[in-house]
Amino acid sequence: MIVNRKPLTFWERLYLPAIAGGLKVTLRHAYRTLFEGKKVTMEYPEQKWAVPPDYRGAPYLVKDQEGNTKCVSCQLCEFVCPPKAIRITPPGESGKLADRSNAEKMPAEFEINMLRCIFCGMCQEVCPEEAIFLLKDYSLTGQSRDEMIYNKEKLLALGGTHGGIQKWKHKLEEAKAQDNFPVKI
Amino acid sequence: MNWNFVIFSLVKIAIVIGVVQGMVAYAVLAERKISAWIQDRVGPNRCAPPFAKYIPVVGPALIRLGIFQPLADGLKFMLKEDFTPAGVRKIYFFLAPAIAVIPSMLVVAVIPFGSQIGAQKMVISDLNVGILYTFGIVSLGVYGIVLAGYAANSKYPMFGGIRSSAQMISYEISMGMSVIPVLLIVGNLNLSRIIGWQSAHGWMVFYAPVSFVIFLIASFAETNRLPFDLPEAETELVGGYHTEYSSMKFALFFLAEYSNMVASSGMMVTLFFGGWTLPFWGLDQPATTLGAGLAHILIFLVKMLVFMVLFIWVRWMFPRFRYDQLMDLGWRRFVPLALVNILATAIILWMKS
Repeated sequence: MIVNRKPLTFWERLYLPAIAGGLKVTLRHAYRTLFEGKKVTMEYPEQKWAVPPDYRGAPYLVKDQEGNTKCVSCQLCEFVCPPKAIRITPPGESGKLADRSNAEKMPAEFEINMLRCIFCGMCQEVCPEEAIFLLKDYSLTGQSRDEMIYNKEKLLALGGTHGGIQKWKHKLEEAKAQDNFPVKI
Repeated sequence: MNWNFVIFSLVKIAIVIGVVQGMVAYAVLAERKISAWIQDRVGPNRCAPPFAKYIPVVGPALIRLGIFQPLADGLKFMLKEDFTPAGVRKIYFFLAPAIAVIPSMLVVAVIPFGSQIGAQKMVISDLNVGILYTFGIVSLGVYGIVLAGYAANSKYPMFGGIRSSAQMISYEISMGMSVIPVLLIVGNLNLSRIIGWQSAHGWMVFYAPVSFVIFLIASFAETNRLPFDLPEAETELVGGYHTEYSSMKFALFFLAEYSNMVASSGMMVTLFFGGWTLPFWGLDQPATTLGAGLAHILIFLVKMLVFMVLFIWVRWMFPRFRYDQLMDLGWRRFVPLALVNILATAIILWMKS
């Protein structure tokens, strides 16, 4: 491509139109920022960003509607986790039983290293019990590396209660979707 | 030895240096704030010492304006590690910041910043060769920068130093020649006399507008401000001559740049905008009362602030000149223009006499 470079006219070579234009643009922006409040800065700790609905934040464990641990210590998330951020200690043969009646066991310890976690959402996708969810937290801070390893207690407290078991409803929807796979219009 | 003179001079020096330093600190803040507003941002608005909360009414407003930011900046410069890179030429490396700062501080000595308070003239040294002194000292400023570029033993500072030597020397010529019509009109080199002439006949900018434009642009080049900040050129020379400097040594270069701005603003106000005078309310005669004396100093400072804001504002308006464009503008536009200006002024004065 050949760019046709026209020689500057006398008026342009004086730089005066450019100076006037520059003054105008900068003044307009300063006026808008100062008097019309059209600034682009978000003053972070006071103003917060609206998290979009399908945002993948930090993974937390959730409880069911009775406040029981949903996780059954199947260790699928531990297995699938790409950066190996999850470590689950199973209860063992003589360990404590699950705190809900329709499950065999629950993890003795469940740790997520938030420094390793890449927020990919694979744990949520793979979980058969819908026990782990990527919630909306995005600013995780701590004073040390140890502090950034979240244990079961902390994860459950942060995750809160997840209303209703929707596992089979989702499976049904998925099965229906598979049946109609080449979508007929 | 006149002890009265010594004591009053020392007091004046202390006050002027203090005010200049304060203006430098707040010019940095103004730079950050004005750039923020022009770029749709907010600028520094958090920094506050613990007691600031308890200032009634204005406290939060002061914090939002960032009034305490310069204090934090100063503290930061003091506490930073003063790092000397391996392979620098030690003596020059230590000498360069001082050589950059001293001339910029010395220039303000001849600028009359007020008429008089009591019997004291509000100028540190009322030299009869005021303008010559200023140009002499200003031309020393380039050595600090060139020496810094040389001493750092690194490519980018070297480029910065070389560019600055060429730039500052070429613009000094047009700057010096732009003032000659002013001297022709007034017939005196003493800055106080120039102000006196202006209070009698009106501001010099109306008599020598071309001189003013050349002087303004040349002083942008002399103070290494955009659009002529080739010696620093953050985007191409990673900071230019002060790349290798840290801590207080870097702060001294900063100080030199901003006090040069203060000095150039002072010179422009003195030469072209009537110094401490205002053409109305009888403020154009040397003060007889304390109030009028202070008012004159205030007028001078306000006029200077206008130019400081102009210096800062222009920085966020223009892209940087290319090196050859800069030289072209300096040598092929301003030098002939200044010569023609001198000739025209001389001819008009000759016709009139």
